Amino acid sequence: MSNILSVMTFLPIVGVLLLLFIPKGSNGALRSVALVTTVVTFIASLPILTGYQTNAEYQFVENVPWIAAGPFAMRYNIGIDGISLWLVILTTFIMPIAVLSTWTAVEDKVKEYMICLLILETAMLGAFISLDLFLFYIFWELMLIPMYFMIGIWGGKNRLYATVKFFIYTLVGSLLMLVALIYLYFLGTKTGITDFSLVHFFDLKIAPATQTWLFAAFALAFAVKVPMFPLHTWLPDAHTEAPTAGSVILAAIMLKMGTYGFIRFAMPLFPEATHQFTPLIATLAVIGIIYAALVAMVQEDVKKLVAYSSVAHLGFVMLGLFALNEQGVTGALLQNLNHGISTGALFLIVGFIYERRHTRLITDFGGLSKQMPIFAVIFMIVTLSSVALPGTNGFVGEFLILVGGFESSLRWWTIVASSGVIFAAVYMLWMFQRVMFGELDNPKNQALLDLNAREIAIMVPLLVMIFVLGVYPNPFIEKMTPSIKKVIAHTRIEPVTTAKVAVPAVAPAAEVAPADHAAPVHPVTEPAAEKPAAH
Amino acid sequence: MFDNVWLIPLFPLIGFLINGLLGKKIKNETIIGSIGALAVFSSFIVSVMTFIKLIGLPSAERSVNIKIFTWMTAGTFNADIAFLIDPLSCLMLLVVTGIGTLIHIYSIGYMHGEEGFYRFFAYLNLFVFSMLLLVTGNNLLLMFVGWEGVGLCSYLLIGYYFHKKSAGDAGKKAFVMNRVGDFGFLLGTFTLFWWLGQTHGIWTIQFTELAKNANLFPTGGVVTVITLCFFLGATGKSAQIPLYTWLPDAMEGPTPVSALIHAATMVTAGVYMIARMSYLFIRSPETMMTVAVIGACTAFFAATIGTAQNDIKRVLAYSTVSQLGYMFLAMGVGAFTAGVFHLMTHAFFKACLFLGSGAVIHSMHGALHHVHSHDDAQDMRNMGGLSKYMPMTYGTFLVATIAIAGIPGFSGFFSKDEILWQAFANPLHGSLNMLLWGLGACAALMTAFYMFRLVFMTFHGTCRIKAGAEKHLHESPMVIVFPLIVLAILSMVGGYIGLPKLIGDLVGGIPNYLEHYLEPVFANANAYMQAHTHHGHHSHALEWGLMGTSVVIAVVGICTAYVLYIASPEIPKKFTAAFPALHRAVYNKWYIDELYDFMLVNPCKSLGRFLWKGFDVLVVDGIVNGVAHVVMAFGGVIRYMQTGQIYNYAWSMTFGVVVIIGYYLFK
Repeated sequence: MSNILSVMTFLPIVGVLLLLFIPKGSNGALRSVALVTTVVTFIASLPILTGYQTNAEYQFVENVPWIAAGPFAMRYNIGIDGISLWLVILTTFIMPIAVLSTWTAVEDKVKEYMICLLILETAMLGAFISLDLFLFYIFWELMLIPMYFMIGIWGGKNRLYATVKFFIYTLVGSLLMLVALIYLYFLGTKTGITDFSLVHFFDLKIAPATQTWLFAAFALAFAVKVPMFPLHTWLPDAHTEAPTAGSVILAAIMLKMGTYGFIRFAMPLFPEATHQFTPLIATLAVIGIIYAALVAMVQEDVKKLVAYSSVAHLGFVMLGLFALNEQGVTGALLQNLNHGISTGALFLIVGFIYERRHTRLITDFGGLSKQMPIFAVIFMIVTLSSVALPGTNGFVGEFLILVGGFESSLRWWTIVASSGVIFAAVYMLWMFQRVMFGELDNPKNQALLDLNAREIAIMVPLLVMIFVLGVYPNPFIEKMTPSIKKVIAHTRIEPVTTAKVAVPAVAPAAEVAPADHAAPVHPVTEPAAEKPAAH
Repeated sequence: MFDNVWLIPLFPLIGFLINGLLGKKIKNETIIGSIGALAVFSSFIVSVMTFIKLIGLPSAERSVNIKIFTWMTAGTFNADIAFLIDPLSCLMLLVVTGIGTLIHIYSIGYMHGEEGFYRFFAYLNLFVFSMLLLVTGNNLLLMFVGWEGVGLCSYLLIGYYFHKKSAGDAGKKAFVMNRVGDFGFLLGTFTLFWWLGQTHGIWTIQFTELAKNANLFPTGGVVTVITLCFFLGATGKSAQIPLYTWLPDAMEGPTPVSALIHAATMVTAGVYMIARMSYLFIRSPETMMTVAVIGACTAFFAATIGTAQNDIKRVLAYSTVSQLGYMFLAMGVGAFTAGVFHLMTHAFFKACLFLGSGAVIHSMHGALHHVHSHDDAQDMRNMGGLSKYMPMTYGTFLVATIAIAGIPGFSGFFSKDEILWQAFANPLHGSLNMLLWGLGACAALMTAFYMFRLVFMTFHGTCRIKAGAEKHLHESPMVIVFPLIVLAILSMVGGYIGLPKLIGDLVGGIPNYLEHYLEPVFANANAYMQAHTHHGHHSHALEWGLMGTSVVIAVVGICTAYVLYIASPEIPKKFTAAFPALHRAVYNKWYIDELYDFMLVNPCKSLGRFLWKGFDVLVVDGIVNGVAHVVMAFGGVIRYMQTGQIYNYAWSMTFGVVVIIGYYLFK
């Protein structure tokens, strides 16, 4: 099937259409249809995995004209490579779990809720597979709307504040990106580019000063989404107020949009600017790691604690990306997946106890291990994966990021970041201890039921992935490697040798520097070019 | 030829999976316990076979890598799941699986009737699995997997009685302090990997590759950085200053755990790691000196605390910290074989001591329970005269105590004396040697004292247990006594494989088997030491003299304990009354925990709270909400322009027309 990507992406919309025909109130049918849709989508995504060729090319490409309006020509140009492959699979993998997690949690407006979930899935998949900048932007913004409603309608007490904050934070970033995108397009048209296809722009030689501004605009949009310190304050609010499925999707997939945006767009499109911004971004990433860990340590609300731990984890991912070497980027992309699995699982776990006790305050719990042994085991495994214990997925990603960072110009940043392994253990284990260990002295906790079959079924796939990725990550890494090499080659600034698209002679030199003038402004940060540290 | 090596860690892993997943359903303690013990015993058998095969090889070929599969590859970085079989790892295999088996057997009796019996055995098997990965991993990363894995099991087993807050706290403390060490381990790995790759194009973390290229490393400089980072890791795992405070708290775990993890195996991982990378450590004089000084100071410092504790397990815990200090002292003075030797003998006698104390506690607990007393079953002030109720326990305990005190003929004497002699005579630290030896000797004095204090308070004198309870005291069942006997025998004879040359020559040329056996492992380090230091010549008379001094020290310690706790028991009370502040300080472990809380833990929490409430909420959200308020306020003003009333618009239109016309008229 040549259009498998489209089929997968729009299957959830088919589910939405079906849902429209089911009367309000028949919740069982609504849930089942949503579940079946997400499961079918997952199954539909499997041929992509099996048919994927381990090379650096975009695969399963579909490229047809879409909108032609005056000077603008947008194309429906989709495809995947090693960078988006696992994120696509992660999305289709998490969605059935998210639907199952709301089985009993959402009783009100089930139809609308499920419709939101399914639209969200299409939007997220669309964003990951878009190879046309404009198409990407459409999906990127489309994601916001269902999530806005999910938090605003099915959220907690303070949901309106949280959802407006989430929306505006993200939108401000996105709009700047839109401006940058259009500017970039006009730069491109001067050199003969006629549409928004991503590949064309890689060979565009943009003057460093211009790159700085364009990168800044893109980076702002992505940094909000990641979220990077200090743009992270929407996240704890959004997570605390969102319903469980919302938190899971937000953590497991939507945050990945930010890091994905960096590696897919901002970094390869603007290599000089990437190098210029590396110290700043690495600094913010490292501050994020330590800062979020310290703040997580003193949280009283379990969900907020997990939200802050996300900020710390994604700080690692950003550090890995900007190490700009194979180990670092591989680790970062792996950690993207790991974070999706582990933190998704953590939010599910918080959801389980919230559904039972309608509180998330750590002080309301204690000694739950005795009452809920299965829950205790699962919670423990996920906690350990979150603190990156070897043998679990978290370790492989974190280790490769740190190795990569250490080999790059970010050595000192990496050393500071490494201390994050200590803090992670402190805040996670302290929380675990206060919730699960100790005397079961709160009478309200003494009647708690252990996980039921549905809840265990939700967790098992995640637990399996925690160990699979921890013990045998190489099959995952292998599929990514060629694409990672390609991206790194794009971000490398050297006297250019690979310019294939000849720059027309009429190119205005002010904006677009000819290829042979694009001299490196920064030293190449390949390990081999570095001097040994002074000792 | 070592094709079946992977079975060694596999058996405990299977045991863990069976007991962990199905243990709750199996319920039968005998089956669960047997699965656990059998798993480790099977590993022991394979380890013995491996050992036999290994010593069948010529000495130079006794280092074999066995690759299972590629773990991860990214750019220049590659790590395999692969094992290294050499004399050092083989020795560790025998110690871990051998003592592990005994302790598993013991646990069947000791943990009888405990809630979560299956959980205990599952964790214990998982521990053995991790420990085996640690000692057989052929690269730094796999070693690190075991390294963190044993830390995890330690955490789980310390917190085994999780409903007790103190147990949960102790578990967390152990894990976090170990993580501080792990931070060092990671940085060491990064620096090592990066430096060697960067300067010589050799990107590797494999031990055999590193050893092969050891001569590429300079003296000092980057090697000092690398080895100090690794040593930080060792201080965490092996409870050395400054990261030792978790180990005494770890006694919250069941006693077999203390014996296996916190005495015989896991805590020696730091020593093993240094031995494994001896060729690196020896190349940094600064690190060697740090290791030696920290080791000697820990040996001394922990011993001082040990003299004033009343909890039987805490005495043993501080004793362990102190004995580990000896091992690091040995490492730091380049006496790698002696350090590994002491690691082994210590595993024998300390496991025996812990298990013996467990038998005592078990019996005490039962007896006190019978009379509904809430007295502390671990407090030696409630014991006394137990030898007649528990003769086997007493006998084995006494043997192990003699061994640790350093009485000639027993295993501890040979290993400890070798370390003290090397501390005195090594060519590395010059004038510092007297200090190192002095600290070690003082610690030995205190060791003999507090160990016999323990024996006297527990087994001798009058029985101080609550009246009526003594008739419920009894000897433990065979399943508990049997491991004690085996360990006591090992404590007695284990030292003869490492007979010092001085004595070996005297009794007819018995060689030091251990030194010979480990020779290829430390060959590079020893060659380097030979080439770079001037060996002073020490006379045999001096060596005999120091050995004699050691013996005298041990005897003095024992006699002092006898005088103070048997002959005239009123003296300690008078002493306490005369120096109340000193006693309080020692009893409260020199207030180190309080100092750490004050200096590190509380500031971190305050900082976290400040960043959250001060920065996140006030600054960032203040700006965000502030912008929103400004926009709203602005909109609130602007909206008056959109009143929807015609005459307002008419007015503004007129006004605008007037302004424009006026402008053109008067410009």
